[in-house]
Amino acid sequence: MKFLDTMPYKEKIARRAAKEIAPGEVINLGIGIPTLIPKYLSPDKAVFIHSENGILGMGSLCSPGTEDRNLIDAGGNYVTINKGASFFDSALSFALVRGGRLDVAFLGALEVSGKGDLANWIIPGKFSPGIGGGMELAQKARRLIVTTMHTDRKGRPKILKSCTLPLTAKECVNTIITELAVMDVGPEGLVVREIAEGVDVQELIEMTDARLLVPSCEIPRF
Amino acid sequence: MIDKRTSLEKAVENIRDGDCIMTGGFGVPGTPFVLIGAVLKKGASELTLIKNEANEDHMGVSKLIEAGRVRKLICSHLGLNATVIGMMNRGEIEVEFYPQGILAEKIRAGGAGLAGILTDIGIDTILMENKQCVEVDGQTVIIEPALRGDVALIHAAIADPFGNLVYEKSARNFNPLMATAANTVIAEVEKIVEVGALDPDSIHTPGAFVDHVVLIKEITQEYEILRHHAL
Repeated sequence: MKFLDTMPYKEKIARRAAKEIAPGEVINLGIGIPTLIPKYLSPDKAVFIHSENGILGMGSLCSPGTEDRNLIDAGGNYVTINKGASFFDSALSFALVRGGRLDVAFLGALEVSGKGDLANWIIPGKFSPGIGGGMELAQKARRLIVTTMHTDRKGRPKILKSCTLPLTAKECVNTIITELAVMDVGPEGLVVREIAEGVDVQELIEMTDARLLVPSCEIPRF
Repeated sequence: MIDKRTSLEKAVENIRDGDCIMTGGFGVPGTPFVLIGAVLKKGASELTLIKNEANEDHMGVSKLIEAGRVRKLICSHLGLNATVIGMMNRGEIEVEFYPQGILAEKIRAGGAGLAGILTDIGIDTILMENKQCVEVDGQTVIIEPALRGDVALIHAAIADPFGNLVYEKSARNFNPLMATAANTVIAEVEKIVEVGALDPDSIHTPGAFVDHVVLIKEITQEYEILRHHAL
């Protein structure tokens, strides 16, 4: 199979994900696609980005030569801070998360189920770098948005009837954004809210293992 | 007033084989590289190490682990350290993972003289395996015992001789928590000011928690910018 450059798709997902954020919200961005979101956020939205290592009000990546050795994000990248930012210890950082003050968390996924279960931290025997902050973000963010490619590198669906990998958290996902669609987890299943330009509904259904609920009205495009 | 300033060698002289060592830091910021170097030089082994992560390959606590000095690592993740992940997978080191904020709370509880915490984080996941649970208000929660260390290695920006500490930016992380949760607390600091010079409102760790203050002579390369994380 030809190697596909997934970057344009990831940018598309990040751009669409940014639209989910309301002005003034407190958000956390997981590794991978979520880290692409800030460039699609307009400054007048006054969003506060939380970083697990003890920052609220994180800015952007430092331009070369402006790095501060004491100021990184949770992935180790040198970052700036915005006006109104604060620093705190790791217990307070997660008090903010578990205590319900984090409006939205964006996380990647290895698998996500139609019921909103998320698996993204371990592939037993293959990938076990630890939990980090992911479990608390998944379980306690007021809204959890999964940003992921619709299928894995081999083209297999990542959105499943039920997850096969150990869960990060059960029934925690509110919305899934992929390069093909925006889907909300509802009581009856996954509801297709938007569909990407050039994608037809049948194609979307075929690339999704979980059952999709497709409204009979015209579905907005993104 | 007790003057807690001491030499690097004297500060670490009582660290023994088999000790449990808590180490501050999240990546480079807040990692006490000089104290870690002194522990490595001293030769203590069979250590239990508690740290958010294991630094990156061949840096900080990773040097202790790679030298075979650490029997068990208690941490939150190892995503940036393939060497230690490899050692874990080959069974060369025992690793215990906790969700990051739960690790922080276990340490905070240890420092606060509490036996443990109750949490619903990890419910309905494999994290529940072999954990003691209890019902609170009709909800099942996990009992997570508190963590304490024999020694805590702390990095702070400024101290006074009493041991009042001030951290800088994202170098705070686990440091103030660990500074409360060990029998001996050693702080390496970048600057020492006289007692009374720090604004009481801006002190992050009160001196009562700190046993030894070590002034680091220079900000060596290991504290500096990691080029592979810069644009």
